[in-house]
Amino acid sequence: MAKIVGGVTTSHIPAIGNAIAKELFEDPYWKPFFDGYPAVRAWLDKVKPDVAIVVYNDHGLNFFLDKMPTFSVGAAFEYENRDEGWGLQPLPPYPGDPELSWHLIESLVADEFDICSCQEMAVDHGFTVPMSLLWPDRAARTVKTIPVAVNTVQHPLPTPARCFKLGQAIGRAVESYGKDLKVVVLGTGGLSHQLDGERAGFINKAFDLMCLEKIVDEPETLARYSIHDLVRLAGAQGAELILWLIMRGALGDKVSKVHSNYHIPISNTGAGLLVLESA
Amino acid sequence: MPLQPSPTKDPIPGTVIFDGAMAMRGYALNKMCYSFNEEAGRAAFLADEDGYCDRFGLNEAQKAAIKARNALDLIAAGGNIYYLAKFIGMLGLNVQDVGAQQTGMTVEEFKAKLQAAGH
Repeated sequence: MAKIVGGVTTSHIPAIGNAIAKELFEDPYWKPFFDGYPAVRAWLDKVKPDVAIVVYNDHGLNFFLDKMPTFSVGAAFEYENRDEGWGLQPLPPYPGDPELSWHLIESLVADEFDICSCQEMAVDHGFTVPMSLLWPDRAARTVKTIPVAVNTVQHPLPTPARCFKLGQAIGRAVESYGKDLKVVVLGTGGLSHQLDGERAGFINKAFDLMCLEKIVDEPETLARYSIHDLVRLAGAQGAELILWLIMRGALGDKVSKVHSNYHIPISNTGAGLLVLESA
Repeated sequence: MPLQPSPTKDPIPGTVIFDGAMAMRGYALNKMCYSFNEEAGRAAFLADEDGYCDRFGLNEAQKAAIKARNALDLIAAGGNIYYLAKFIGMLGLNVQDVGAQQTGMTVEEFKAKLQAAGH
């Protein structure tokens, strides 16, 4: 049977993609951020996941406002990265696992999560930056991917409680899959940041640190916030915490913390990193 | 009558919630910015800004905000930051530049504010 071995949360800021392309790993601005990642890669080398379910938000590459699904699950043989308009070089496609995708889709809909299935799905920096951070050696990367995209563009956004429950449903779906596969779930984005408005540059370190702590053993306390609470406490784009809650829901009741890191600022963001292993 | 933004119990200063009302107001503007994902869209805009805005049906407030490169006006006109980011990036600006513009700071002051959040 398939098993969720753990989860990783990481910021997915486009500037990280630029810094990787320019190899700024030792640059004083970037070093405290990049230094958080070798421990994550060591953990991935140890657990050797076959599939990564990547929970992210599309920032206007695959979806426009003409059709804005709340939850979308990729069901493709591969996922293309494309030009987002600001100069990040598109990366080669990411292999999918359509058989597991369709199992997820069947299971989620049976479980009353009426997601949008996508046989074509371009993935943007929200997906590619975490993949580059976790598996920098593309040639050696064997992990297959399933993108799960969540609307964080146009309100109403799904509530934190709903996202946590979706994660739990993803967990049940994976555990009911007949093949022996090890699955890791990535919750991307966050933590606090706001790009737009007179409040641009808002970062809430105390809130971020509280989230990094509570999501380990008391995720329900975070799931009680409203989206409006998250916008107020973590900034307009800090609502991406819902992506972390999906990851956490998928991992089940008990997890152990393997590693964490937190650094301010990367671009306009409090950058949080967490590795959780399933019990 | 256009749909009015939903009244929030608790408005957040300096923050526009991009809801259905804003998404309707900004549809043409955001659609134009979405086209900047493609090189052809960017080139066509840069070759003839006014003509390109007209092709997408931008209203006068949206056209003026595009012309002025004014982020707060673009947001007030219904622009969503994720689509606007494509316009901003095309101009060679980043989110610190735009943060500084929106907060009335220099870019150095804005970066210092971000650094200070870590202490």
